[in-house]
Amino acid sequence: MSDVLTVRGLSVKVRDTMLVSDVDLTVGAGERVGLIGESGSGKSLTALSVLGLLPEDVHAGGSVRLDGVDHELIGADERRMSRIRGRDIAMVFQEPMTALNPTMRIGDQVAEAMLIHKTRPKSAADAAAADLLELVQLPSETRRAYPHQLSGGQRQRVVLALALANDPSLLICDEPTTALDVTVQALVLDLIVRGVMDRSSALLFITHDLAVVATVCERVLVMYGGRVVESGPVGEVFTRPRHRYTEGLLAASDLDTNSRRLTTIPGNVPPAGKFPSGCVFRTRCAHATALCEETPEWSGTEARGFACHHPAGVADV
Amino acid sequence: MSEPTAIQVVDLVRDYPRPRTSLFQPAPVVHALRGVSLEVKQGERFGIVGESGCGKSTLLRIIAALDRATSGNVIVEGTDITRLPDRRLRFLRENLQLVFQDPMSSLDPRMRVRDIIAEPLVVQGHPASGERVRELLEAVGLSADAGDRYPHQFSGGQRQRISIARALAPRPRILIADEPVSALDVSVRAQVLNLISDLVDELNLTLVFVSHDLSVIKHVCDRVAVMNAGQIVETGYTGDVYAAPQHPYTQRLVSAIPTLQRALSGATTSDLLAKGDAP
Repeated sequence: MSDVLTVRGLSVKVRDTMLVSDVDLTVGAGERVGLIGESGSGKSLTALSVLGLLPEDVHAGGSVRLDGVDHELIGADERRMSRIRGRDIAMVFQEPMTALNPTMRIGDQVAEAMLIHKTRPKSAADAAAADLLELVQLPSETRRAYPHQLSGGQRQRVVLALALANDPSLLICDEPTTALDVTVQALVLDLIVRGVMDRSSALLFITHDLAVVATVCERVLVMYGGRVVESGPVGEVFTRPRHRYTEGLLAASDLDTNSRRLTTIPGNVPPAGKFPSGCVFRTRCAHATALCEETPEWSGTEARGFACHHPAGVADV
Repeated sequence: MSEPTAIQVVDLVRDYPRPRTSLFQPAPVVHALRGVSLEVKQGERFGIVGESGCGKSTLLRIIAALDRATSGNVIVEGTDITRLPDRRLRFLRENLQLVFQDPMSSLDPRMRVRDIIAEPLVVQGHPASGERVRELLEAVGLSADAGDRYPHQFSGGQRQRISIARALAPRPRILIADEPVSALDVSVRAQVLNLISDLVDELNLTLVFVSHDLSVIKHVCDRVAVMNAGQIVETGYTGDVYAAPQHPYTQRLVSAIPTLQRALSGATTSDLLAKGDAP
């Protein structure tokens, strides 16, 4: 199985502040990979760097390669990137209203995605747009509606239809259901998963919700403080976490405990750029020692590994 | 149950007129609440769950006398507050306090934290001693010097602690929390839930906890009311409602919640839709 997306040593910084460091990430063809982390963990910046959509004066370094594209994506000029965006890589953002054009009818917007990349002629694009909207279970009148006439969940389904229009090899979703109600979230998640499976597209799914990742993805990367601290198959990472942050996060989100008190991670998530040197989690970790002032090496393979000096799941020394 | 009633809501209706869309037709009306009745016992932890637009915030606003009902009654600790003029609501302002979802918009950015916490006391004519403010800061797990700083200098979880300290200042007997942890990171959410739980126990508070997240309600509350389209469709002990939902809407809601346990035992996204049809 060839890899669709290969990210090596990705770093993102604003002036002298490192926001993302040393991120390695591969997504295989048709694979569904989750990226989880809390606010400030760098998960969204990682996705934006892949698309070349970082704000001005935020700079990415390292390497991002996409299968079928013969150049490096980091530092590629806008002309080349706009050929890739929406055709090879598509993205669904958290807030669908800002992702849609408020002055254009829904059907035209979906068709435009195909016209811009010349993947279909005008008449075929219109027909394909209608099919896509049907696929995301929107009634046919939606074609003539404007974004403001739709609910949040309907808008997000339009954005998904748009993203799938050119059968991208990679779909990136950044918190696509965070703003939605649970019953609507269930529908949108199901449409995303079916959409990528039908096209054998790969999925990079970004969220802070562990249960959503576990339901949607096969493999997961846990980010904290701009670093990947642990990665592996969902079943393994969520049942036998090795990094202390993953362990704490799982305990803190377990609302099914019988005790009235939840297990907590002490302290707060530091603001971006204010994470400690060495192990980024050491200021909140109960197991931290002087050793943690050094950045922990990655243990294991890229497919299953972690970066921690005092991993969980072994007898404490 | 022999516990006295803290809050009783009887057949509450709230209609909002919308702006007229036509010269010749009457203004359309939104029925936000269509006959809601519920009873919260003293010392109980009562949850209200529902999705956006179901009327849960309207219900809270009327219980807190921040909005007026179209018809129906709200009785708080034996007093019918529905038709009381503002000047006679003082007992309610002291006994019932609120914590809102977004601490950034419910805390005045220009006030120091100690003044924010002391404000409910000052407004109600109590002496606002530095001692009481320090005591409250300590109760919510903030350091005493936090009082000298401004809300923007705190993280989301800490701001929510400040809101809680402010709510507790006048020593209320009823605490109403409107989505208090929805804006927080998972690792901080657990801290704030623990804090609310501890304070409710220590101070013998009656808690009304509103959330869209049934799993959070299940952890915090004894009983829950499920709201949909301005009505309560199901009420019961949280464990029972979660394990065996009776109403079709509750069934859909419960099955739509992704959980780690279900996912790890092989549930997929289509299982979230298993019961009932798409909305």
